[in-house]
Amino acid sequence: MLEAYPDNRPARILLWSFCALVMAFLMLPTLVVVPLSFSASNLLEFPPRAYSLRWYEAFFGSATWMAALRTSLILGTLTAMVAVPLGLLACISINRLGGKAAATIQAILLTPSIVPGILLAIGLFFVLAAQHLVGTLFGVLVGHVVLAIPVACIVLLPAMARFDWNQVQAARSLGADWARAIGGIIVPQLQISLLSATLMAFLTSLDESVISIFVASGRNSTLPKLMFLSLRDQIDPTIAAISTLWTAIVVVAVLIVTLRQKS
Amino acid sequence: MTVIADPFLAADARRERRFFLSLSLPALFIVGLAAILPIVWIIRQSFLTTGGEYTVGNYEKVLSSGLTWSALVTTLELSLGTLAICILLGTPLALALASVRPRVANLLMAFVMLPLWTSILVRTYGWLVLLRRDGLINAALTGSGLTAEPLPLVYNFTGTLIGMVHYMLPLFLLPVYAAMRDIDANLVRASASMGASLGQAIRTVIMPLSAGGIFSGSTIVFIYTIGFFITPAVLGGGKVNPLSIRIERTLSTFQDWGSASVLGILLLVLMALIGVMFLAARRLMARNNVSTAHA
Amino acid sequence: MMKSLPITIDSVRKAYGSYVALDDVSLDIRGGEFLTLLGPSGSGKTTLLMALAGFVRPDSGKLLLGDRDITRLAPNKRDIGIVFQNYALFPHMNVLANVEYPLALRKTPKAEARQRALDALARVKLKGLAERNIAALSGGQRQRVALARAIVFEPRVMLMDEPLSALDKNLRETMQYEIRRLHDDLGITTIYVTHDQREALIMSDRVAVMNSGRIQQIDTPQQIYDRPSTRFVAEFMGEANIVAPGSVRRIDGADASREALMIRAESFHLDAKLVGRDGVALDGVLRAKAFRGENWLLTLALDGGQEILVSIPAALASGCAELAPGRRLTAYAPAAKVHAMPGAKA
Repeated sequence: MLEAYPDNRPARILLWSFCALVMAFLMLPTLVVVPLSFSASNLLEFPPRAYSLRWYEAFFGSATWMAALRTSLILGTLTAMVAVPLGLLACISINRLGGKAAATIQAILLTPSIVPGILLAIGLFFVLAAQHLVGTLFGVLVGHVVLAIPVACIVLLPAMARFDWNQVQAARSLGADWARAIGGIIVPQLQISLLSATLMAFLTSLDESVISIFVASGRNSTLPKLMFLSLRDQIDPTIAAISTLWTAIVVVAVLIVTLRQKS
Repeated sequence: MTVIADPFLAADARRERRFFLSLSLPALFIVGLAAILPIVWIIRQSFLTTGGEYTVGNYEKVLSSGLTWSALVTTLELSLGTLAICILLGTPLALALASVRPRVANLLMAFVMLPLWTSILVRTYGWLVLLRRDGLINAALTGSGLTAEPLPLVYNFTGTLIGMVHYMLPLFLLPVYAAMRDIDANLVRASASMGASLGQAIRTVIMPLSAGGIFSGSTIVFIYTIGFFITPAVLGGGKVNPLSIRIERTLSTFQDWGSASVLGILLLVLMALIGVMFLAARRLMARNNVSTAHA
Repeated sequence: MMKSLPITIDSVRKAYGSYVALDDVSLDIRGGEFLTLLGPSGSGKTTLLMALAGFVRPDSGKLLLGDRDITRLAPNKRDIGIVFQNYALFPHMNVLANVEYPLALRKTPKAEARQRALDALARVKLKGLAERNIAALSGGQRQRVALARAIVFEPRVMLMDEPLSALDKNLRETMQYEIRRLHDDLGITTIYVTHDQREALIMSDRVAVMNSGRIQQIDTPQQIYDRPSTRFVAEFMGEANIVAPGSVRRIDGADASREALMIRAESFHLDAKLVGRDGVALDGVLRAKAFRGENWLLTLALDGGQEILVSIPAALASGCAELAPGRRLTAYAPAAKVHAMPGAKA
């Protein structure tokens, strides 16, 4: 866009130094935690004077952390398993209905992503409390699913828009019922987007903290809730280890999905 | 919609429409149950006493409390502060990304978006490590002699603001970058051929045509930051209390469901007001699409 | 009115990796001239134009505007008016603001800028549309606004990059005339890029035909059309009919040429009496004929093996309708319309 201005060297240098600084700002917190997780001491020294895996051992050796990890992983999987199929069906519905109906459905399904998390959290807390479901896995799952559905839709709606509906018509004309058409024609072709949506739904649940803080408790605490409580109290280097692991897993997962998309 | 004359075909069309409608019912049900119902419940709860009777006492108590209004002010300060810094940092960044080849820009964008993929708690922890009195930044500052004493960078408004900007910057950047990418390269060439300096081209062509993107980004920043909870909770050290924190404290510490609900309604009203303001501003912008070169 | 500047292009070279866009191009353009760069896509014509504009930096060579070396000069200091293929009108300004823009950049007082902009709009016959939004204009109207904007600051040179390619046929023909008229009124040195040979012939003082980064021939439209110097130029300008010398005989029996010959389809006559004694005759068999309203197009298979196209205007074509394929026919052409193409293989 700025090729019409090939000179202006000082301006360019200024712009790119500025951008480098901003990008460093964006990446700094995530990166700085990594070497600390391998530090032998529990003080904040940078670079660490001695290296050790003690914080990773502390994490994997702690019953509380492991329980929270297990809960989060189970919740993440369940959320994805529920939100993605429901999201897919809703996206098919929106794609076919068109017009005002589609716009209304879309608006309703996207509200959880617009409403502040704290409101959803306390509202859900009230609703679950009335049914004595606070602190149950089911209660937290419902909260995570409702956050994951809009996320799945954001991925799947464009995918449905690109999809050639004539294929479904062809399948139906050949005798397929709707279950066959959706399962056998739509799902295989939307594979990559479904994979993306699953990953996003899983991450949404894994990362979700606000609802979990209010609705999960005790044995059903999630990893983020535990991290939050720990952060509020003190600055435990075990969290550095958890953070590094988390970042590594997410980066790998995103790389896999992105590379698959490119091929 | 086309009108189908044949009654049988019309019935078939209606049936098919009903079928497609039914596909979204499960999702709608869950959203209704876990998002819309809770909001309704909050509204209801705001009018209930602990005993379960209807009252407006909660509203009187909350709206007359100074803590409520200072929380509102803090909320707005945080949001406006985050927005201002995002615009200052994000607009030049978007310009730089939009001026390089798409392949390079995509790579850089991936780095910019990386924070979004990591958990907010991981990022918040990272900021604690960086900003604390015994943290890395202060260690570098005092170690190199730039400052005599460690600076209070966290557990206060500054730290909260830094954390919020860090979260929102990539989200602000996306629509601004998209708007700038969409600018026809010939427009900048045309302005150059007519004698515009780089600064003039940016001011008279690029920025006006990016205004829509900046506006979208600002809307996103504002709407998201109003409800932020984790960042002020961890980085505020108890000293920064926007509405979200007051809601949490009222609920967990004081177990006052009624007042917490009123504060929740206040947050919702604030969001709705901002939404309306942005819609009105957008309409105004659309009407004033025509501006003069001298303006 | 200022005397418009001549342009010198001296051995300009531009390569992108292994792809050579401009291969040592040299060209002298006279002040006030309307020169067209004509060629197929990839010929380098737009690259050359962009080099003149300053958006492409030559790898080597020089560009001179008058006496001034502008090779390394920034594009926003060249004082050149450019009309882009997609017009590049600013969507966030109305018509008047667009046209005033270059004047606003030069800090022209508001009242004067407004008047000059309105004058420019009047010149391109868009007087009433000053307050209109760009989005509400038709293609032809946008074209005119782009023109007005490019002339309002009285540049010494105008560059036009295929400005009419997006318009429909009738509008294109009107605009060809309008642009040429504008050039004649203002006397600005104009360099015009197009791939449409007809357009080049209609509008230009001289045409430079380009191919593969080189200028094949620069000449007046007449010369380019009647006396092409290469096979490429001959075929690019229209149906060339390049025939081997053996297929052609002189009517008066004298020795025919030893080189390949080009005879345009419309130069032929079926009646030997219409052609002088020094004219030529081509014998062959009629393969196909087509009536096109204003002329008949006949395909003739020559005895030497080649096929040529013969175009006979309807007024002289009585009897063409009765001609049957397979019938022997001789086409005659006057000596003046026979062009020897040295080095061209038939």
